[in-house]
Amino acid sequence: MTHNVYVYIVIAGLVTYLIRILPLTLIRKPIKNKFIRSFLHYVPYVTLSVMTFPAILYATGSPLIGGLAMAAGVVSAWFGANSFVCAVVCSGSVFLLGLFL
Amino acid sequence: MTEAERHKKAFLSGVKGGIPIGLAYLVVGFTIGITCRNIGVTPLQGAFLSITSLASAGEYAGLTVIAADAAYAEIALITLIASARYLLMGCALSQRLSPQMKFPWRFLIGYGITDEIFAISVVQPGWLDPFFSVGAILVSAPLWMIGTALGAILGDVLPPLLLAAFSVALYGMFISIVVVPARKETAVLVCVLAGWISSFALSKWRLTAGLSEGTRTILLTIVLGVAVSLLFPYDSEAEDAALEAEIARSEAKAALPAEEGGDAR
Repeated sequence: MTHNVYVYIVIAGLVTYLIRILPLTLIRKPIKNKFIRSFLHYVPYVTLSVMTFPAILYATGSPLIGGLAMAAGVVSAWFGANSFVCAVVCSGSVFLLGLFL
Repeated sequence: MTEAERHKKAFLSGVKGGIPIGLAYLVVGFTIGITCRNIGVTPLQGAFLSITSLASAGEYAGLTVIAADAAYAEIALITLIASARYLLMGCALSQRLSPQMKFPWRFLIGYGITDEIFAISVVQPGWLDPFFSVGAILVSAPLWMIGTALGAILGDVLPPLLLAAFSVALYGMFISIVVVPARKETAVLVCVLAGWISSFALSKWRLTAGLSEGTRTILLTIVLGVAVSLLFPYDSEAEDAALEAEIARSEAKAALPAEEGGDAR
């Protein structure tokens, strides 16, 4: 390695931190624009959905097990499972399916 | 309720919300630690990376640059792309901070903008109390760092099945965060279904399959976010009014000694 790992890490940390604090320090008034408010309301749901699927299919080494774990998670969440319960349902599904499949 | 009592309640509420997140972070850190081990990043370096970045996708992306021994500028760029969603989350969260909130608190809350801490913070009623963030960060961020060090130290000791099970825990959290409100709000349901379908499609389409996962996430977030906002303008004023009524009710309840045990939220 010709580059210093710690320099990489410091750069990554600084860039990430700047991304996080710029909006919190620059935007100090409520945004009135209805479109922007709608956009900001929907963004987390879109981002988290996009990051979950299809990535979950490749997380366990078996797309079938990943898909079934997701189905189990979606059903449990539809019936109100909070994020911890839903995480346990997904992990538990992978473990049990892995034992039998 | 005095101000100190309110802060204490917010802190405890943050700790409560942060515990499941911290457990998930232990696992997230662990999987990142395994990646560190694979490319020759030491446990100490891994721990340092996790406590400074606190960004799963960003850390993975950064580690690929470190593994390739690429230029320093490259890690800056890829971190910016992989973590750009925090910029959007920061904009959303900025609307939840009292305009009077001082800069040091803003710097602190900003550190804790991760997918999960953001998700539990942005749904708090009223202005976000910084003590909520302190509680959530204190119980979750150190576990991410410890998990990374542990993963780098003993990554391949665990049976593969257990690792596979751990690796979907985070997705389970994401699923719950989006599916629970999707049942109540049609537009959120549209966001979720459109997100899953289009993300799958872009990962297969030959023009976009070569893009990194982070880049596809940014593209889809912007395109779908704009589309849904145009189709379903969010009536945030009605929502705000409902929230304020809710807060007023819970405060009125809290003022009554008879109701002391009840959590009106």
